This record gives sequence, structure tokens and C-alpha cells, in this order.
Amino acid sequence: MGNYVLRRLLILVPSLLGISVVLFTVLALAPGDPFEDLATNPNVPPEVRMALRAQFGLDDPVWTRYLHWLTSMLKGDWGFSFVSRLDVDTLILQRLPVTLAVIGASQIVALMIALPVGILAAVRPYSWFDRIASTFAFIGFSLPTFFTGLLFILLFSIKLDWLPFVFRADLSETGWRWWWEHLRQSIMPVMVLGLFQGASWMRYVRSAVLDVVRLDYVTTARSKGLNERAIVLKHVVRNALIPVVTLVALQMPAVFGGAIVTEQIFRIPGIGSLLIDSILRNDTPVIMAVTFVFSALVLLFNFLADLLYGWLDPRVTYR
Amino acid sequence: MAGSIPVSPTGKSAPTGPAPGRPPTGSLPTRSTSPWAEAWRRFKRHRLAYASLWLLGVLVLAVLLGPLFYKVGINSIDFQARLASPSWTHPLGTDDLGRDLLARVLYGGRISLAVGLAAMLMAITVGVVIGAISGISRGWIDAALMWVTDLFLSLPALPLLLLLIFLFRDPLKVAFGPEIGIFILIVLVIGGLRWMPVARLVRAQFFSLREKEFVEAARALGASVPRQVVRHILPNSLGPVIVAGTIDVAAAIIAESTLSFLGLGFPPDIPTWGRILFDSKDYLDIAAHWAIFPGLAIFIAVLTINFIGDGLRDALDPRRVL
Repeated sequence: MGNYVLRRLLILVPSLLGISVVLFTVLALAPGDPFEDLATNPNVPPEVRMALRAQFGLDDPVWTRYLHWLTSMLKGDWGFSFVSRLDVDTLILQRLPVTLAVIGASQIVALMIALPVGILAAVRPYSWFDRIASTFAFIGFSLPTFFTGLLFILLFSIKLDWLPFVFRADLSETGWRWWWEHLRQSIMPVMVLGLFQGASWMRYVRSAVLDVVRLDYVTTARSKGLNERAIVLKHVVRNALIPVVTLVALQMPAVFGGAIVTEQIFRIPGIGSLLIDSILRNDTPVIMAVTFVFSALVLLFNFLADLLYGWLDPRVTYR
Repeated sequence: MAGSIPVSPTGKSAPTGPAPGRPPTGSLPTRSTSPWAEAWRRFKRHRLAYASLWLLGVLVLAVLLGPLFYKVGINSIDFQARLASPSWTHPLGTDDLGRDLLARVLYGGRISLAVGLAAMLMAITVGVVIGAISGISRGWIDAALMWVTDLFLSLPALPLLLLLIFLFRDPLKVAFGPEIGIFILIVLVIGGLRWMPVARLVRAQFFSLREKEFVEAARALGASVPRQVVRHILPNSLGPVIVAGTIDVAAAIIAESTLSFLGLGFPPDIPTWGRILFDSKDYLDIAAHWAIFPGLAIFIAVLTINFIGDGLRDALDPRRVL
């Protein structure tokens, strides 16, 4: 087991390196210059600008810059933001928990929708329940998150006035009151993301269960006289979840994309809104670091999916 | 097996249909329906998909021909009618400058649909080429291409999309003009980040098809590798590609609208559906219609395309008896 985990971790290294090369190439090819403001500012003499460029190594060849960037990233020195003058890693660590909380909660919501609905739909395929559930699933993942977000705000904040539509990190309340306010302001972003993901996962769950439910071992279980509930929950679902785990892991980039949009709509101070802010302000170190963190998170979730895979399917041996 | 659609190799008992474009001269199929007519018959059995095709057709026609009949300028400002609700003079209402929303939604539809189609073509082309090269060659070329594919699959698409748009927006704007420049950039970037599933599909198809008897026969007759690929393997692997392409149009429309919604898509004076939503989001409380109509347009376009993809999947899968 430990060996297997180690091997999977070692496979992550070339992928991370590959991603860092892609990101760095993109940035190196791009024409934007972080010192553009200084160049147009008449108060900054050209010599100072040149000295700064040399100090930050902007005139070196691409591969030296890449190696330099990579080694300092590995040492934990992620540079500082051009705009807020804060260290990039503190900036990201400030923002990351909110993003992870929203994403995590929405994934739980998505699973709580997708698993029961998908299983019930597959156990009775082409029934009315299946038809209605499938149609709603299509509607669910055809509604882009930004539109559902606006519709939710329109309905629950403006028309009904039940929920706040601006997410506040600095709530003045304390104790239970704080938790309550936090819950209230998290409902809409979590539901927007969760419904979208749940709709597409429901279809995966349905087709995976449909594939498994016809197999011989299920008939065997049934002829042993097991009750239907035990057959579905213990025998069918566990095997059906194997392909679902893979598909869910492959969906992670889309989940992060959705998180960026929701953070922007509800003004959640997570790393998604940090990314957009820094893109609008040409804050290169933050852009690089956030994109890299997103990629690393995607790889991390793929890694977790691999581990889960081994647990679900004993045929995948931990060699 | 009712359907003899020669596009999927998965049904082992059913490869009786001729490859499109190269019917075998010897045996005639028992029924004289062409594969495409048969697929069309099967497609019509999926009622939601068939209805979606009509609805999408109406939407496309409205977007293409609407501006010819509805002659209201997309940028004609009328401060008398700011944020007006839908009425006879402005069927979908107006925005904060009194611009007519129907005209803007129709115009924006052209851009959104064009971006969707062009990005899909780009993704399909790249995906088919990479998948075909990877599927026909063994060894390190295949391994390397698949490593690149997996790498691209684990790139977070939206952050990268934002990054690329932001970095390359200005030079392209200078080179091709604001509208065309952004269009090219968005199509390239969306297409360039969506080819991976197609490449994997095509590679998997190639792996099973290249061992089939008809390819072996072609090989025995001395067909070169490019000929085997282009005339024999590729036409038979198109089914899943068509389905993936259909779904890609919807995904590209969503991606473009997302970019515009985040304020990083087309310039503000070009009203794409996402851009109209972006402009409307600060006026939700007083002018809800402004957000609802472009949002509905995106929703209908994406929903119908997804349903059509579902119908095509059923129609082009020879394992399904319809």
C-alpha cells in the first residue's frame, strides 16, 4: 500500500513539471511586461527601471528564468505580488480555505443529489422517474453556472429577500450567530455549483449502474434471496462507483472553472476571484502561482481518485 | 441488429454495412437505405432530440435572418426608454442606455454560435489528427502523444483560458482589428483546450479498427498507411467524433459566454450573450428582463445542442436497436 502511494506520487512529479513548463512558456511568449507602468511613469528614470529588470532577472534567457523560477518555487519562495506587496504564498493561503470549503461543500451536495437519483433511475430504467430525472439532469448541466447564479440572486435575494447575495469574510457576529450567517451566505454559491455538478454526475452514476445491474453476479445475489436493497447497495453500487470515480476526477478542472465563476458572482474572497483580480491588474507572480495551485489541486484530486479506485476495486492491486 | 451503421466498431456481429464513400462492389446490402438515411430514421426516434433540432433550427434562423427584418440598431441609444420592460416597441425591453435588447440578443447569437462552431471544428481537427497519429503508430510516438494529452487534460481550463486571453488580447487586436482578433483568439484557445477527449476517442477507435479484417485486407492489397487511415479506418471511427463534436459546440458556447461574463471576452461594444449578462448583473433588482433573455438564449442553445448530441449518440451506436 505504502509502495503504491509512493509510486503514484512519483508519477505526479513529471506531470507537475510539465504543467510548470506549459505555464511558463505561455507567460514567456506573452507580450505583457510587468514593468510597463514604470516605463510610462515619467518619475522613474530609465536607469532605475533597467536596474529593477536586472534585479528581477527579466533580461535573462527564457530557460534560466524558468530554472530560477522553478528552484525558488521549490524552496517555498513564491515571490511577492506587484499590486498588494504581500508574499504570494500568504496571499494564496489566505484565500485558499474559502475556495476549498465552497468546492468541498458543493461536491458533497452534488454527490447527495447524483448518487440516490442516479441509482434509482438506473434500477428502473425508462420509468417515469428515470425520464423526469434525466430531463432535469440535461437542464441542470445546460444551465451555465453564471446564469443559475444570477437567477438564484434574483429569486432568493431580490424577490424573496431570504439570503444575502454578497459573501462577507469579515462577519461581525460571533458564536452561533457567526455560523448561522456563514451558512446563510454560503447556501447559494454551494447550491449553484452543486446542482450543476450533480446533474452531470447523475448521468454517470445512472449509466454505470445500468452497466453493472445486468451482470451475472447480480442475478446470483438475487437468486440467493437477498433483498433488493442489499443487492443494490452492497453489490451493484460499489462496482458501479469505479468508473464514476474516474469520471469525477476528470471533471475536477471543470469544477474549478465553475468555482471561479461562482466566486466572481457572489464576490467570495477565494483564489478564483484572486486570479481574476490579478489578471485585470497584470499581477504576474500571483497569476502564475494561482494557476499553478489550480493545476496542482487537479493533480491532487486525480491522485486521490487513484487511491479511492484501489479501495473500491480489489482487482486493482497496490503493487 | 437493425441498424447497420458502419461507424462504430464495437458491435462485433454487425459489420455488414459498407464504409461510407467506398461501397464494396460484391455484396449489396439487403435494404437499399444509405447509412445516413438509416441514422436519420433512428435519430427521429429520439423525440426530445428531434424536437431540439427544430428548436435549434428556429433559433439559428432567427439569429441569421432576424437582423434583416428587425431593423433596430444594436447601438442606437434612447435615453427616453432606459431599462424599459418588454413592450411592443421593444419586445425584450431595453438596457441602461435604452438600447433594444432583441436586436442585441440576435446579434450576440451570431457571435456565440459562430464561436461555438469554429471552436468545435478546431477541437475536432486537432483531436482527430493527434488521435489518428497516436492510434496508428505504436511505441514512443503514441506514448508521448498520450502523455501530452493527459497533461492537457489535467490543466485547469478556465484559469488558463483567462490567462491566455489576457496575455494575447492586445497584440491580436492590433493585428486583426478588435472583433476578428478576439474571435480568432477565443476560438483558438477554446478549441486548443478541448481537443483531448476527441483525441482519446479516436485513438481508442483506431486501436480496435486497425486489427479488423477489412483493414487487414486493405493492407494485404498493398494500401499505404495514409490510405488505410484516410479511406478505411477514419470513416469508420467518425460516429463518436460526431457526437463529441456536437457536445463540444455547447461547451464552447458556454466557455465563450463565461469569458464574456467575467469581462474578459469580446470588447464591451460587441454584445455577445455572456457580455449582455455581464452588463446586466448590477441591475438585477430593477431590470430582471435584461439578464433573463440572454441567459435563456444561452440555455436554449446549449440544451438543444446537448439533446441533439444525445440523439446522435443513440442513432450512431449500432449496438442499440431502435
